[in-house]
Amino acid sequence: MKKTTSRAIVAAAVFAATAALTLTGCAKGGGGGAGTSDGQLVMWTHNAGNKAELAAIQSIVSDFNASQKKYTVKVQAFPQDSYNQSVTAAAASKKLPCILDIDGPNVPNWAWAGYLAPLTGMDSTLAKFLPSTVGKYDGKTYSYGFYDVALAMMSRKSTLEAAGVRIPTIDQPWTKAEFQDALDKLKASGTFAYPADFSTGLTGEWWPYAYSPFLQSAGGDLIDRDGYKTADGVLNGPDAVEWAKWFRGLVANGDISAKSGADPVADFVNGKTGILYDGGWAAEQVRAQFKDDALFLPSVDLGKGPKIGGASWQWGVSKTCGDQAGALAYMKFAAADKYIAKVAKATGTIPTTEAAAAMVPGYQPGGDNAIFREFSKKFAEVRPVTPGYPFIATTFTKAAQDIINGADPKSTLDQAVKDIDANQKSNNYFQ
Amino acid sequence: MSTIVKPAPARSGAAPAPARRARTRLVGGRKEAAVGWVMLLPAAVLILTFLLVPIGLTFGLAFTNARLVSPEPARFVGMDNFVALFTDDTFWASLRNTIVFTVVIVPFQSGLALVLALLVNTRTRGTTFFRTVFFLPVVTSIVVVSMLWLFMYQKDGLINVLLSKVGIQGPDWLGDPHWALLAIILMSAWQAMGFHMIIWLAGLQTVPAELYEAAALDGATRWQQFAHVTWPGLRATRTFILITITIAAFGLFTQVQVMTQGGPLNSTTTLVFQAVRSGFQQQQTGYASAISLVFFVLVLVVTLIQRFLTRDKEARR
Repeated sequence: MKKTTSRAIVAAAVFAATAALTLTGCAKGGGGGAGTSDGQLVMWTHNAGNKAELAAIQSIVSDFNASQKKYTVKVQAFPQDSYNQSVTAAAASKKLPCILDIDGPNVPNWAWAGYLAPLTGMDSTLAKFLPSTVGKYDGKTYSYGFYDVALAMMSRKSTLEAAGVRIPTIDQPWTKAEFQDALDKLKASGTFAYPADFSTGLTGEWWPYAYSPFLQSAGGDLIDRDGYKTADGVLNGPDAVEWAKWFRGLVANGDISAKSGADPVADFVNGKTGILYDGGWAAEQVRAQFKDDALFLPSVDLGKGPKIGGASWQWGVSKTCGDQAGALAYMKFAAADKYIAKVAKATGTIPTTEAAAAMVPGYQPGGDNAIFREFSKKFAEVRPVTPGYPFIATTFTKAAQDIINGADPKSTLDQAVKDIDANQKSNNYFQ
Repeated sequence: MSTIVKPAPARSGAAPAPARRARTRLVGGRKEAAVGWVMLLPAAVLILTFLLVPIGLTFGLAFTNARLVSPEPARFVGMDNFVALFTDDTFWASLRNTIVFTVVIVPFQSGLALVLALLVNTRTRGTTFFRTVFFLPVVTSIVVVSMLWLFMYQKDGLINVLLSKVGIQGPDWLGDPHWALLAIILMSAWQAMGFHMIIWLAGLQTVPAELYEAAALDGATRWQQFAHVTWPGLRATRTFILITITIAAFGLFTQVQVMTQGGPLNSTTTLVFQAVRSGFQQQQTGYASAISLVFFVLVLVVTLIQRFLTRDKEARR
């Protein structure tokens, strides 16, 4: 009898302690409203470890804090790989910061989930931005980015001339047949381990960002953008199957590696591959090695014109921010051309406005890097603007990886369509 | 197989002694018991908060359509998640891979660990050095180990270069659906061997030296000594290692995440990997909870079967 009583007391103590522990988790941290800390506006960014971009953002924040006495912004940097999870976890516990950056294709998902507040009063400013850098969903603007990045085929003038390959231009890019011919010639020359490198060793969002443009160039798409209800017919239609066969064909022919090295730029710069498909961030390294011999070429035209990915990291304001006015004041302040130029220069990316482009060395009309801005303007296609994008992205990544490893294209794409349709439906098409 | 004969007098003398001790304990017994419960309190609270409550929530979520990111609350959907799960090819591939991995690695890893333990179970100089070296992979982060082996497994990586020196043309380890799982098995065994070596070593050192002397006097060869003295003496250790390796093997995740992300054509996807992928990347918390529930049932069934097969038959008498 005594033993049961003492056991009961201990059990009660355990439950009480557990309850106390869980309740402390519910308490609000710090003073002030949500997203703030001691009256300061908290800003989260994915740039931990990215010294250049983080420094640029910090300097904008310092300028903002110095320019007025009312608001102070505080920067907290996170590692990129776990950034999305950190934001999701914070949203679940209602601890989102006031200002945060978002990977472009995730904007519809986060806006629909109620994380983001619309940016008001900035329409005229944002009209001057590259359209792919402004995050819109359901008719409202939720985010803007300082820069965009363009994908390009990179090679060397000497390599192409030696192999007798035509150098493509924006108006006359390589066609599918021409590209294959170029690869065959490079393979025949025997100078390279692989004629081309598509950076297939990179993981994560790279796969939809880099390879869905080829799908779009061939005439397919990730989802039917008329209503965003189904992917049937676009992701598993004859155009899409053609893309899949082309993609697998490159591996089967030995033109590209199914899983490239961890640093494709280094491999290209060291002469292991003849053509590199990578983002504009690699331009510095390539130009440093090859100087005037470096070529930055438009992507391949698989039928409907070359296409490249668009939309990079963008900035927005959270819905639960306790001081919306302050956050919006910062957003307006930071959208100035000189700050766009600062961030773009630090990251080696395309400034989003013409005026800012004039301030960044290389991006002035006729400059070395102006070609990337041209690519972005002419060929960029944003990833599907739907809250279901994260699911579409992972499904496409798996399908593309299976295809490149030799799975049957039609059945793989049919399965992907089935999964995407089921997900869109189970979410009631995100109404 | 002969068993170790327990000395007979201890058994008959064991009965009266505990009773006497229990009676003397009752006087100060309640205080000791209370102290014991208080010491248990922190661990109990933590286990309840971070283990039992989340497990309960997972089982509840498995029957809803909970999403990681959603403005709407979760709805009860009954068995929908499970129906979708059992008609999903990737799930059956994950289940198959997990079982194959476990079935192969349990004997392979524990066998190798036993060999290592036998080798270092000497009192010569230098055994401590070897014990440390064999244990080093265990304390290295599995992520770091995975990345290292990722480089080694490349088509022109270290492993294939070494194989070519012996005249064998190595396959594309992580790119070939037939070899990817084996590659992960080898790497996982190498990493975790040291830990089980230490456990076997502890077990080996509980076998009394007199038994070896007696066996040697009787003219037993080294193999006979192992089979008739060492092996039976390791029964308890054997059971422990079997159960712990099996449970750890079912939870294979990090290596797959870092090296193959589910592998060429579903050849390395595992249950835990699929649960994490659908829960975090695809934001389907309900579906991931269903996978977790299936995983829990599987591990529980296998562990119970193992406990039943390795139960101490003598203790029943």
